[in-house]
Amino acid sequence: MKLYVSQSSAAAGCVAVDDMILTTDQPTAAGSKMLDGYMSLFGAEVVEKIKAAGYEVGGKVNVGEFSIDMLGETSFYGECADESGKLAGAVAEVVKADGVKACLTLDVNGMPRRAAAIAKTVFLKPTYGTVSRYGTIPVACSGETVGVMANTTANLRDVLEAVIGHDDKDGTSLSDEKCALLKRDSDFKAVKKIAVIKAMTDKVDGAVAADIDAFKAVAEKNGIEVCEIDGSELLAAKAAWNVLMSAELCNNVSRYDGVKYGYRTPNYTNIDELYTNSRTEAFGMLLKSAILYGSQSLLYTEKNRGAYDKSLRVRRVVYDYMAKLFEEYDALLMPVCSKAAYTKADTDSNVTLSFEENVYTAPASITGLPAVVVNGVQLVGKAFSDSALLAVAEICEKEGK
Amino acid sequence: MRYETVIGLEVHIELATESKIFCSCSAKFGGEQNDHVCPACCGMPGMLPIVNKHVVDLGMAAGMMLNCDINRVTTFDKKSYYYPDLPCSYQTTQWFAPVSVNGRVDIETSKGKKSIRIKQIHMEEDAGKLVHDDWTNTSLVDFNRTSVPLIEIVSQPDLSSAEEVIAYLERLRSLLRFAKVSECRMEQGSMRCDVNLSVRPEGSDVLGVRTEMKNMNSLSAIARAIEYETARHIDAIENGTEELVQETRRWDDTKGASFAMRNKETAGDYRYFPDPNVMPIVIDDEWFNTVKSNLPEFPEVKKARYIDELGLAEGDAEHLIQSRAFCDCFEGAYEVCGNAKEAANWLIFDCSKILNQKQQTVDQLNISGKALGELIKLVLDEKVSRANAKKILSAMFEEELDPAEYAKANGFIVSNDTGAMESVIAAVIAADPKSVNDYKNGKEKALMALFGKCMKELKGNCNPQVLREMLLKSIENA
Ligand SMILES: [Zn+2]
Repeated sequence: MKLYVSQSSAAAGCVAVDDMILTTDQPTAAGSKMLDGYMSLFGAEVVEKIKAAGYEVGGKVNVGEFSIDMLGETSFYGECADESGKLAGAVAEVVKADGVKACLTLDVNGMPRRAAAIAKTVFLKPTYGTVSRYGTIPVACSGETVGVMANTTANLRDVLEAVIGHDDKDGTSLSDEKCALLKRDSDFKAVKKIAVIKAMTDKVDGAVAADIDAFKAVAEKNGIEVCEIDGSELLAAKAAWNVLMSAELCNNVSRYDGVKYGYRTPNYTNIDELYTNSRTEAFGMLLKSAILYGSQSLLYTEKNRGAYDKSLRVRRVVYDYMAKLFEEYDALLMPVCSKAAYTKADTDSNVTLSFEENVYTAPASITGLPAVVVNGVQLVGKAFSDSALLAVAEICEKEGK
Repeated sequence: MRYETVIGLEVHIELATESKIFCSCSAKFGGEQNDHVCPACCGMPGMLPIVNKHVVDLGMAAGMMLNCDINRVTTFDKKSYYYPDLPCSYQTTQWFAPVSVNGRVDIETSKGKKSIRIKQIHMEEDAGKLVHDDWTNTSLVDFNRTSVPLIEIVSQPDLSSAEEVIAYLERLRSLLRFAKVSECRMEQGSMRCDVNLSVRPEGSDVLGVRTEMKNMNSLSAIARAIEYETARHIDAIENGTEELVQETRRWDDTKGASFAMRNKETAGDYRYFPDPNVMPIVIDDEWFNTVKSNLPEFPEVKKARYIDELGLAEGDAEHLIQSRAFCDCFEGAYEVCGNAKEAANWLIFDCSKILNQKQQTVDQLNISGKALGELIKLVLDEKVSRANAKKILSAMFEEELDPAEYAKANGFIVSNDTGAMESVIAAVIAADPKSVNDYKNGKEKALMALFGKCMKELKGNCNPQVLREMLLKSIENA
């Protein structure tokens, strides 16, 4: 299993960053042949922040190509699977097995959440805009967020503290006052009522169902009311997110054209062949599918405003629906994926599996709302409720398993 | 059959900002190739666009000068296409909510007055430049111009002749130079024009097949291209010489003909969508009013004021309003010296002459109105002679200086020391008895010679009237 793409130092207690986060002392390739060996002229704001907080930056952790896959299976640098073929996200394995304090990882399409669920680590995708995206490889800018993966909630909190905050270099970065809201409610008692999304939990396998039951038991034991609601409306987030993510991805990766940097085909006689062959030879199947899908969704005529436009409206509908739920509930409980384990065979036979399994991660991705993964389950809360969600994760940690 | 030409223009204007639209690189013209670049404007991943507020100021100012409505919430969108001079393979522009919409520009031609409707003004980034080397058969890219801010002014198809197009472009240039939005220098490419043209039978309300000529950057070439393209369209319609298709054409000014480039993409092909990294820009009342209050008077309002209130001749007023720099300097000088006619003359004759010698344009005038006013005041108060004042003016073009102090330091202050004048006159008369006699015998010119010698001795620093009187008296007594 390939955990690191490059490793400058992996001292115990360091903070590792994934291959989507730019560093100036190690290459950043977004798991793609296109950017193999790419050295950035500048480092990500989150890297500067963890350094400023006194942490050593660990190795670059392996991710799938532009991090839109299930668990890193599309990486140019080798699979994230063990000898039995079981997939495991490297971003979770490094905190579980390699002694790093935490791993910063860009949550584009739910991969870090799936990795945390499978490895049973803790992961937070914070409220959109509270962690700078400056210096992260752009894919789906309207929803992707740098998250923190750790073995324990305490470690996660330490590193989160270091990376949240306003950044002038990111136009979507929220003010420091807004970011400070994350630090409120560190008592789990702020979460009084949790709704389990039945439309999602109905579809999961036995092991995942057991995780959900275990969570319910812990929550109820601690005085948190757990209800079941249908929540089918949330299933619409997947299709809309797939469109928005692919459209933005298609646009963002169009800069990799073989002209300025990155992979350039030796097989060309004119500019069209240079573009086509460079991209054909360097990009993998899942990425190509997403590019085609995204490109198609952005086409429109005077009469038909296209799938992208409709998906923007669905984003609004999903956000409004969730806002309504949060009037009654403090958090929504969702599975992270339908199975407790995936194999290489699953993704080999279905290259775009992550565009189906993201039905569970899309609601938080498309709305930018915070999501915590702990003990294999996912809690999604209202904006800035990150700290309260982590407090619930903490009691699970103490009493779960 | 008689035909009419229907023309709409898309005018690209580079904004006069210090830095680029989304990064802090210099937006100045020139520089070594790829000198003004950073990871953001050469398309490296991870940099996020931060909007240069001054660009929005200028986009609003342009809209206000062209009678537009300002969109109080304006957004940036991405336009996708592949070209090696476009580092991200998308251009950030405004498609859904441009900064200014629904404007109007009034023009005047030999056929009278006309209003040209403005559809919209949007802000966007420029692309880079390809440099082809035929010798080595390579192409290189210069990213200095990438992300330099532009506005694109899109007119409705309200223009119908080359004369109107030129009147419209000159009007745009004058208004935008006045508002300091851009220098609008076609020869440097800071004003470029796409001409959309079609032809239809006179009086018809159906538009003909439209062709677009891109990146025109000289008024005379635009006029020739319009004549050519109109004739080509009519020929195609009347004689079936070719089938007209909607396409982009390149105008070759040396060959005097246009050539097809590629079929025009439709808007959908550009896959426009809102840039998620740039939050919608909200223009509140305070911002709106600040930009509005900084707008200059319209040139013709100024002209009327110069004539009616300050008593300038129409020709002089017209001359001044050709340049905002001249107007600013004129108004500053008038405020100090109180004599509009003098201030205008100094600018129109003396300053223009110096600019000419320096091969600079009127917009490059860099002397302050206050200093010019002080200089004029020295002349009007007879403290400095006109000839010496012109020397001081030349010096003012080289460095910022206080005219009075400079005059003092260089011995240009008129002396009313009649003793000194008397002794000079006496010496000149004594040295040239011939001229004295010539004058006495009726040769007027001889007096000028004597006067000139005295003036030279006194270095011009005397009141000429007084000198003349004293000289005459001395000759009589000689
Ligand atoms: Zn730059």
